[in-house]
Amino acid sequence: MERMPKWADVVLIPLISLLLAAVISGLVILAIGEDPINALNLMVKGALGSTYGWGYTLYYATNFLFTGLAVAVAFHARLFNIGGEGQAMLGGLGVALVCLYLPWPHWSLALLAATGGAALFGAAWAFLPAILQAKRGSHIVITTIMFNFIAAAFLNWLLVGPLKPRGAMDPSTARFPEAVHLPSLHEILAPLGISFSKAAPANVSFLVGILACILVWALIWRTRLGYEIRAFGHSEPAARYAGISPTKITVITMLISGGLAGMMAINNVMGEAERLVLNATEGAGFIGIAVALMGRSHPFGVFLAAILFGFLYQGGAELALWTNIPRELIIVIQALVILFTGALDNMVRMPLERLFMALRRRRA
Amino acid sequence: MTGQNANGARQATAAPDPQVPAIELRGISKAFGPVQANKGISMRVMPGTIHGIIGENGAGKSTLMSILYGFYKADAGEIMISGRPTVIPDSQAAIAAGIGMVFQHFKLVENFTVLENIILGVEGGGLLRPSLAKARAALKSLAEEYELNVDPDAVIEDIGVGQQQRVEILKALYRQADILILDEPTGVLTPAEADHLFRILRNLRDEGKTIILITHKLREIMEITDTVSVMRRGEMTATVKTTETSPEHLAELMVGRKVLLRVEKTPATPGKPVLEVDNLRVVDAAGVERLRGVSLNIRAGEVLGLAGVAGNGQSELLEVLGGMMPAAGQVLLNGQPIPLTGPHADGQSRRTAGIAHVPEDRQRKGLIMDYTAWENSVFGYHRDPAIGRGPLMRNAAILEHAQQQMQRFDVRPPNPRLAAKSFSGGNQQKVVLAREIERGPDLLLIGQPTRGVDIGAIEFIHQQIIALRDAGKAILLVSVELDEIMALSDRIAVIFDGRIMGEVAADQASAQELGLMMAGVATGKAA
Amino acid sequence: MDLLTVLQVLDSTVRLATPLLLACLAGLFSERAGIFDIGLEGKMLAAAFFSAAIAAVTGSVWIGLGAGILASLSLSGLHGLASITFRGNQLISGVAINFLAAGLTVLIAQSWFQQGGRTPALLSGGRFGGITLPGAEALREVPVLGPIYYELISGHSILVYVAFACVPLTWWILYRTRFGLRLRAVGENPEAVDTAGISVIRLRYAAVLICGLLCGIAGAYLATALQAGFVQDMTAGRGYIALAALIFAKWRPWQALYATLLFGFLQAIALRYQNLDLGFFTLPVQAMDALPYILTVVILAGFIGKAVPPRAGGEPYVKER
Repeated sequence: MERMPKWADVVLIPLISLLLAAVISGLVILAIGEDPINALNLMVKGALGSTYGWGYTLYYATNFLFTGLAVAVAFHARLFNIGGEGQAMLGGLGVALVCLYLPWPHWSLALLAATGGAALFGAAWAFLPAILQAKRGSHIVITTIMFNFIAAAFLNWLLVGPLKPRGAMDPSTARFPEAVHLPSLHEILAPLGISFSKAAPANVSFLVGILACILVWALIWRTRLGYEIRAFGHSEPAARYAGISPTKITVITMLISGGLAGMMAINNVMGEAERLVLNATEGAGFIGIAVALMGRSHPFGVFLAAILFGFLYQGGAELALWTNIPRELIIVIQALVILFTGALDNMVRMPLERLFMALRRRRA
Repeated sequence: MTGQNANGARQATAAPDPQVPAIELRGISKAFGPVQANKGISMRVMPGTIHGIIGENGAGKSTLMSILYGFYKADAGEIMISGRPTVIPDSQAAIAAGIGMVFQHFKLVENFTVLENIILGVEGGGLLRPSLAKARAALKSLAEEYELNVDPDAVIEDIGVGQQQRVEILKALYRQADILILDEPTGVLTPAEADHLFRILRNLRDEGKTIILITHKLREIMEITDTVSVMRRGEMTATVKTTETSPEHLAELMVGRKVLLRVEKTPATPGKPVLEVDNLRVVDAAGVERLRGVSLNIRAGEVLGLAGVAGNGQSELLEVLGGMMPAAGQVLLNGQPIPLTGPHADGQSRRTAGIAHVPEDRQRKGLIMDYTAWENSVFGYHRDPAIGRGPLMRNAAILEHAQQQMQRFDVRPPNPRLAAKSFSGGNQQKVVLAREIERGPDLLLIGQPTRGVDIGAIEFIHQQIIALRDAGKAILLVSVELDEIMALSDRIAVIFDGRIMGEVAADQASAQELGLMMAGVATGKAA
Repeated sequence: MDLLTVLQVLDSTVRLATPLLLACLAGLFSERAGIFDIGLEGKMLAAAFFSAAIAAVTGSVWIGLGAGILASLSLSGLHGLASITFRGNQLISGVAINFLAAGLTVLIAQSWFQQGGRTPALLSGGRFGGITLPGAEALREVPVLGPIYYELISGHSILVYVAFACVPLTWWILYRTRFGLRLRAVGENPEAVDTAGISVIRLRYAAVLICGLLCGIAGAYLATALQAGFVQDMTAGRGYIALAALIFAKWRPWQALYATLLFGFLQAIALRYQNLDLGFFTLPVQAMDALPYILTVVILAGFIGKAVPPRAGGEPYVKER
């Protein structure tokens, strides 16, 4: 017999966890001498109060959509991919190479190729940790973290060296050609008669992100591969019994995961910066962990959580602008969400289960 | 016994008063959620006796003993130890009350020595050196007293299960236990080792210890106990003197009705050879040779039973044939060799070739416990083109089919949307069996078909196996239950230490002869 | 390369190995008891900040050390709460703790000091200075041995000697005491410990808190001895490298010393030779920076011996049903 209704598990627990994280964040804000209510007001106004705010919120959300899906897919195979950050960095390299070194007649073709390039490079960066986990039992959590550091060093070298245009000062690539400019939400919505902020970076990648959500949903719950991924995640001995190769599933899942993380680059590199800069990912790979946990590894949940974190990110930036609260507040919130939805899940779950049991007993 | 009292508080073993029960339980009840595991159990165990507790799987024996050992807290009831009311909130208290427990799954630290395991928890001081020296001396005297010889410096993972069990008994004795509880102690032992164990237990009893033996094997009860209590569905249904009862009577008390220990079947009519195994060898990850040249064959329309004490290679044989483990040697299916290594030595290829497999451990292997019944109904066959289109699965069709299948196999409740973990053991097994025999395999591998399964489902499962045989399929039956092997098989092979010791026709086999072979003694009839 | 250069590199090896060693031993206690801890990084970071901040405010490095240890212990307590009491996922808890430390340190630093997430530079009273061992000056002129004693062995801060003394101490606790026996047992088979009447929970909390104590010293060393103050993310992956060293050492104390010295040596080389000229090819600084991480992956890949972790590691203990 189930201890509590499914809706409580899917909706109530994440919400309570979020509330706990919010309360503690509020206390942190109080502790550093700021007003949490005022902070929340500022965040809401800054992130949701204008199409400009929404444009940033959705832009960040797009990043987190991809990295959140990346972590979620790996979770289904009970793999913990903390390497989204490095994979997204490499994805950026893939995008930059496609945009800089191939001539494109139209942005749509460029987007297709850049998505492919980003996924390819991201997946490639996940490949070695995956194969080491599958074949040598090397702990994928630590290897993917190491690959984040290695990716940072590698991109650093590329951007101050081979990829930097002659004479430029910044450690970055050259600007991408005009032909690969992705339409922003402003440009997409204007023909429909909807006015949207011109300055906000949200762009067509958001739609690609939604498409990715749908595809991931179909992969996990409608395909034979998804069936195998989930089965492997639940029980490795059972997977072997069913003829599912643990090596194959580990590698394929991590390639998909790395590919999704890499695809984030079409948003931040191609859609926003239009060149590859140092530390372009800004920690979005890590936020994917919080997003996947909060979204219960379900693509729709990931979508909602990504929007939430987009809001937090944009709101946090506004806070840093108008108050003495630094942007690192968002890292604290992210940590708290991971803590409550991931590690302290039982702390929320056990009293709730007891409550539902008691309610049922009273009804019976 | 020398007086290394672990807890200080308790007196050294005094001569027990033969009139006062060593243990008396009064109205013990325990529920897990909606399941009532123990219902108002009362029982008296007299000192200096061996008291058996017998019952089916799930009858509540282990729960009762866990309450006695402080693992669970009873919802109601009272425990008296030597006439004194005693509260046992944790294992520490049980040990202090003089209770020692030998669990079915040993609680030993595998990479510790025997001595280290024995002193764990009763070191008696902050530094190890004096504690170890003291234990070494005590161990020596215990060994002499009770025939409990173990090398104190051996590492647990290097010694056999029989020895490990002795370490568990020594642990209890070192803690000055007067009452020793043993949970299914012979499950992993050869008949010879079991005999040795019984000798030790009789010694202990004669020295005044009280012993509770939990088992589901009638033979053991009859052989060694003085008194026996029977449990059924969480209740204590009877307590009788062993000399005043019979196996048939006990079986009836256990099950609550007359039991058909035999399976109705007609003589087999074997056809062409389906499986031919020749010189199969397996070396495990630790470098131990698990199969040392196994050869056997099974023909269409017959059941080959593979008897043996657990851990002698039968699991590996099933896993090799089921494609879960690589091996060397040759295996022919319908005259065609099947790959034993490489990417095609996997479960998918085996299923395509016509080998179905009901694994020994259905909860860890045969099912995904968090998958629904309908998802489990295609587990292993999920690549079958018939259940989907291209990379996609046709979930609605699978669900509908699962529903019908569950009705045919009388799975209760017949709801395919429930997760596998919410079914009872017997119903889980039916889900696995239905899936594996539905596609009409040429060969069915089936391991421990009725482990953890209630009596009603056992009969159903046995009937299905025989029906499959009568449909002309070949069946390899692996079971540690000799009765089951003898009831279902047409031929019986015995495996010992990775080798086939011999093979006999089922109608000519005697339990005694099979028991000898299971202990590694070859008999005249060996093939 | 002359003796002095070699000694300088080795001296720097010792200094850089110290935080790794402390963190590695911290991880050893925790993981030997069956609690995986990838939150070493965060605990060190929190300790680094609080030790530097309190030392800067009070002017006393000892009070700073205490504050650092306290900060690390609270995060340990959190890890224990999540992974022991509430039987949560130990990896996720560790990750959360790392982010928590990364965010909170900067947040509080900004709020207290307004110096862009740093603490003010520590003056001499707020730092652990080098200790000149007896006779170092006198023996300095003795050929070979003199400089070794003077440069390499003498002149480190007290925490370096503490760290090295922790190695035999850890060994002794682990293999010679009742606590060590129980600690190793609970990481291998908690059921054996439980049925022997010992509290699994209490043992594991003890291990996790020892881990916090050692991480606290490691963090304090970073900010108040190795460097003079806290800067954002100053642990720079040392917690993860310590974990790799722990695996390399197969969870044993002496081997932990050797493994962390190896990593310390690599970092010393990278620090001294920014662009390593190999004659035919110049290794860029970024490659040198990445080297410890690459080596970590190589070690984890098990090409240098296969490690068997404590058997019950990472699994919350649930009494069987």
